[in-house]
Amino acid sequence: MISTTSIPQREAQPFLPYPFTETQPPPHLVTQGAEALLYRTHFLTPSTAAALKARPSKPYRHPTLDARLTKQRVLAEARVLVKLSALASDPDNEVKVPAVFNLEWDAARKINGLTEDQRGARRTTAAGAWLLMEWIEGKSVKDLLREWDSWFMATGSTASPEEVQAQVEAVKRLLRRIGRAVGALHSKGGVVHGDLTTSNIMVRPATNSSTSNGSAAPTIDENAQADDMPARPPNFEGEIVLIDFGLATQSVQDEDRAVDLYVLERAFGSTHPRQEGQFDAEVLQSQEGYRGSYKGANVVLKRLEEVRLRGRKKSMIG
Amino acid sequence: MLQPIHLAHTPADLTLYVAVYREVENASSLKQQLLAGNTEFEYAFIDASMILSTKQALAAVFRAINDYLNHRLKSRNIHSEIVFCLSPNNNIGEAFRRFGVSDATKDLLVIKVATTPDVTLESVGRHLSTHVQGQESPFDDATFRATADLDRIRKVYKISSLAPKATGRKPSTTSNGIPNGENMDATKNLEVQILGLMALRGAT
Repeated sequence: MISTTSIPQREAQPFLPYPFTETQPPPHLVTQGAEALLYRTHFLTPSTAAALKARPSKPYRHPTLDARLTKQRVLAEARVLVKLSALASDPDNEVKVPAVFNLEWDAARKINGLTEDQRGARRTTAAGAWLLMEWIEGKSVKDLLREWDSWFMATGSTASPEEVQAQVEAVKRLLRRIGRAVGALHSKGGVVHGDLTTSNIMVRPATNSSTSNGSAAPTIDENAQADDMPARPPNFEGEIVLIDFGLATQSVQDEDRAVDLYVLERAFGSTHPRQEGQFDAEVLQSQEGYRGSYKGANVVLKRLEEVRLRGRKKSMIG
Repeated sequence: MLQPIHLAHTPADLTLYVAVYREVENASSLKQQLLAGNTEFEYAFIDASMILSTKQALAAVFRAINDYLNHRLKSRNIHSEIVFCLSPNNNIGEAFRRFGVSDATKDLLVIKVATTPDVTLESVGRHLSTHVQGQESPFDDATFRATADLDRIRKVYKISSLAPKATGRKPSTTSNGIPNGENMDATKNLEVQILGLMALRGAT
């Protein structure tokens, strides 16, 4: 009786690694991808908001291979984030990423050679890995552009042409800043993101209490409000923060950079058809965008033209 | 000013007792107690000049507690593990030399994790006040701003300083939108890098 009721429950419960199972209030599941679950929680004190990216082990993989892959991926992401955070001491730095607070690359690893029994009941929450990062306040570019669209649909015809023009300019400015941030990631960071989409680019409002104060609740309220009243165009002010480096690799190859831009271009085109026409001119070609962001950008943009013709994969295997 | 702290995500009964002493006079005798393995002195004695902020110290404690709960301490006990967790590399002896109490230590951070119920605020406070000769200071970022040796911290964590470059420039806003060049920002950046390096220690 007990077993029949408990099994479906356990399956419904999303993966949450120890010790976060003990946390009060419990971490809040934000989103789930193919490889990881993202929780919102806190670090050290409840006032420091944090993102917990938990990678469960995959039951269909061989345990040894699974542990190795999970470890490699969580470490690759953490190393890239730490590498990029080192750039932050440069005053001209334009690429912001979440800080790494802590990580666990193999929840099942043990050093002291205890038996399973000695390790206790905790071990039942299988292997896996997790990465605890800084929580980025603000909204994704995807949400902001969607808000802009609904503002435009609702009031675009009634607003004055000057007002509409000003808002179109604001979007263009945002797009150029995205291009610059990606350029800095490629050149100063030596990193390609691997999964550039507008939902992985955040705009963090420059509030003076952005770092330590628990400004969680107001942001959520704001979000809820924004959905209801598109009467006011979204505010694009703030710094560009790139998130989700789960597929990032350290590379300075023109090919990889061009593919990175191509992925963003395709994702942008399908998510924001209204702004698709502005993408090339603002994000890529503008001197305040990608082209002007570093010296080698011209070569990469040249390569991008080739990538567009053939698609993302260079070798036709796999 | 011994202070109880409970860290997020750790079991409710695992309390932390933290105290900072400045102008410590008997650092060498405290070190001797540790070297002798005196079980009465099961504390993490940390040279406060290597601590940038409360967050850095507590992050090390968090990692040590996590490893303790998973039965995989690499050093003798949870207190030595805290000192080890501050280190950016896997050399335990080097970690103690750099972050632990030394004969030259003037400012001392003491951390005690209550792993057994008989460790209480009173017992720890009484023991420390009889054995540590120094001025008690609050455990907060203001204290560490006064005690931190930034150059040495940068050197140990191998973080290159871009600060001198910044002084020559006008405090402009970058095209990313926020004003730069604040001293607080520099400390914040340093802290972020240190947390990352501490978290990545031991990963291969």
